[in-house]
Amino acid sequence: MELSELWFVLISILFIGFFFLEGFDFGVGMSTRFLARDQKERTIMVNTIGPFWDANEVWLITGAGAIFAAFPHWYATMFSGYYLLMLTVLLSLIGRGVAFEYRRKVEDTRWTNVWDWVIFFGSLLPPFLLGVLFTSALKGVPIHEDMNMEAGFSDVMNIYSIWGGLTITLLCLLHGLTFLSLKTEGEIRQRSAALAKKLVLAVLGSLIIFVGLSSFMTDIFEVRPILEPIIVVLIVLAYGLSYYFISNKREGMAFTMTGLGIGLTVSSIFVGLFPRVMVSSLNKAFNLTVYNASSGAYSLKIMTIVAVTILPFVLGYTIYSYYVFRKRVSDKEHLTY
Amino acid sequence: MDPVLLARMQFALTTIYHFFFVPLTIGLAFIIALMQTLYVVKKKEIYKKMAKFWGHLFLINFAVGVVTGIIQEFQFGMNWSDYSRFVGDVFGAPLAIEALLAFFMESTFIGLWIFGWDRLPKKVHLASIWLVSIGTMISGFWILTANSFMQVPVGYEIRNGRAEMVDFLALITNGQLWVEFPHVITGALATGAFFIAGVSAYNLLKKKHIEFYKKSMNIALIIGLIGSLGAAFSGHGQAQYLVKTQPMKMAAAEGIWEDTPDPAPWSAFAWIDTNNQENKFELNIPYALSYLSYSKFEGSLKGMKTLQAEYAKKYDPIVGKGTNYIPPVKTTYWSFRLMIGFGIAMILLSMIGLYLWKKGHLEQSSMFLKILVPAISFPFLANTFGWIMTEVGRQPWTVFGLMTTADAVSPNVSAGTILFSIIMYTLIFTILAGVMVYLMVREIKRGPVEHQDVNSTVSIDPFNKAGA
Repeated sequence: MELSELWFVLISILFIGFFFLEGFDFGVGMSTRFLARDQKERTIMVNTIGPFWDANEVWLITGAGAIFAAFPHWYATMFSGYYLLMLTVLLSLIGRGVAFEYRRKVEDTRWTNVWDWVIFFGSLLPPFLLGVLFTSALKGVPIHEDMNMEAGFSDVMNIYSIWGGLTITLLCLLHGLTFLSLKTEGEIRQRSAALAKKLVLAVLGSLIIFVGLSSFMTDIFEVRPILEPIIVVLIVLAYGLSYYFISNKREGMAFTMTGLGIGLTVSSIFVGLFPRVMVSSLNKAFNLTVYNASSGAYSLKIMTIVAVTILPFVLGYTIYSYYVFRKRVSDKEHLTY
Repeated sequence: MDPVLLARMQFALTTIYHFFFVPLTIGLAFIIALMQTLYVVKKKEIYKKMAKFWGHLFLINFAVGVVTGIIQEFQFGMNWSDYSRFVGDVFGAPLAIEALLAFFMESTFIGLWIFGWDRLPKKVHLASIWLVSIGTMISGFWILTANSFMQVPVGYEIRNGRAEMVDFLALITNGQLWVEFPHVITGALATGAFFIAGVSAYNLLKKKHIEFYKKSMNIALIIGLIGSLGAAFSGHGQAQYLVKTQPMKMAAAEGIWEDTPDPAPWSAFAWIDTNNQENKFELNIPYALSYLSYSKFEGSLKGMKTLQAEYAKKYDPIVGKGTNYIPPVKTTYWSFRLMIGFGIAMILLSMIGLYLWKKGHLEQSSMFLKILVPAISFPFLANTFGWIMTEVGRQPWTVFGLMTTADAVSPNVSAGTILFSIIMYTLIFTILAGVMVYLMVREIKRGPVEHQDVNSTVSIDPFNKAGA
């Protein structure tokens, strides 16, 4: 395996990790608006993700940083090409980040309410838009010979990419609901489990349509005729099992399964892309690939050594922090956010 | 409108705004960790109160620092894609390492610190804030590694039309990094210290929580002196390094058009006429520039006209004939002086403060306390002018000697798009600044004692009457 191929795998893992982890806090953020009956319940919900969301977001930042370091052309083409989309993602993340910190800094219902709306949109837009970004890059966008992308509106926003974005958003929402049922007590726990159970069916429906669209509008089933169908089966299996576990009140397993579902869905995109990182809709020869978009061998070697050294520590203290805050959150204790 | 100009405007806007929060974050995290250490060692409640109260103000600031930092990372790809293609091999690595080594650490342990007061053993909780503090400094180290490469490129070779890394060790032992990093960190410590000193002074004037703010002030003044003196000394080292590596920036910062006499005088004030490339009026301090540049009272410096001729010979083959290598002189000259001026004021203030404290008159010296309140802004101004001098003074280069700013911009992004994003950022930044200042003032008015009360009545939920 070449180092550039290894880095494609590592970056895929970073994005899978991002959607797995931040996926549930996006989901919690989205469900605050319709699952919570009042501000108190919303506060409990926000506090379930309080100690984690910031570190979860770092998976995205690290993913983008790794793309910059390992595939400068991918980084340059993607972020300049998706300019307005990325601007919207950034503005959403800005609002959401401060909203968590500020929502209860003033004890006033209206104040908290405004920030809670910011949390809602800040949790809804990024997974949708990042879903649009990755699925449209998979379908193909106008990348020229000089590697620059000049996309019109429909290149970024089309039936396929919008459906991809919606699907990713739904997966995050479901993942957030299973997280809530795992981390709360009493009514919220029951309500989120009940809603999650209904939502699994919608998710499965949405995924089946997405698979259908993918077979028409992308070449992933031609590129990976064996692997992609296997992943599809595994995704269906994961969500089927999550339905079973939710029904049997085994929330930990249900959460694992919705996480597995997201992870597999994101990996199906990366598996379909490889060895391309972005598909050109103009000419196959203009595709960005792990070979023509990557950094030099030396740079990749250094990055590999650094990553292999640091990652165990990162995983170690991440797990530690989830262990420290393993208890369910209720209004019986001090709510920080 | 010119996309290059707009992209530069956006970079200046987002970077300056981001860098209001970064030094305060670095400085406050360190001082809070220090306060909490005193609490764990001396077991006095007042230190816990201090860590908590300043911790609240820290978090309000930290939130904005983090979210504005995200823009910075994506901006290189969005606005400067040709730059990213050209140097990504070298420049991307420190950014990725920063995320991997520092961001994960900061964000995980800040979560443990905020939510862990009642859940974690005291020493583990103390370790959390120290790890946050170390994380902020590691973050600074890697971002300055990347910046130092733009100032003094090392450890690369040009292959296939782009800079490829050949020596990682050279990147992290870059001489520029080791004059820049201590300067930024000491400046950050001073920023945190002057913030605490100013807020404490305000409350001492109001005669509120005297014991609490006096103790806070003591710590702040000591760190303030260490920080501002450290920044002055490391800044001196940086200037001497500049003479060797970027003489044009130095010449612009000193407003020197022709080669200086030997020994060289330092100009404290000059009326610069960029059109005729001369100074209409100068107020000079003899020998001083030689000393500042070489640590001895002899030696001359090259002027911008000489350097323009030298650079033209050397770089015109790379970037084209007739390039102007002289940066905006007035901006560079005056931001350099303003930075130094505010720095000196900070040194004097911390010295006077420590003297008054030693004499036991600190809380009665209302004149001094009144100065300390607006002096909160001094380090912010010094930091900002420092960066303006560093970055504007490097023009027309993005990467010194390798790539000009005009060549670095994204070719596929229109001026209108950049303008739209500038408007959006400005709008959001204005709102954020307003909210942040409002919250800070509120917390300060509330003071440390009521904080303790709020935190001890944990079973009361302020929203139990609120509807949806």
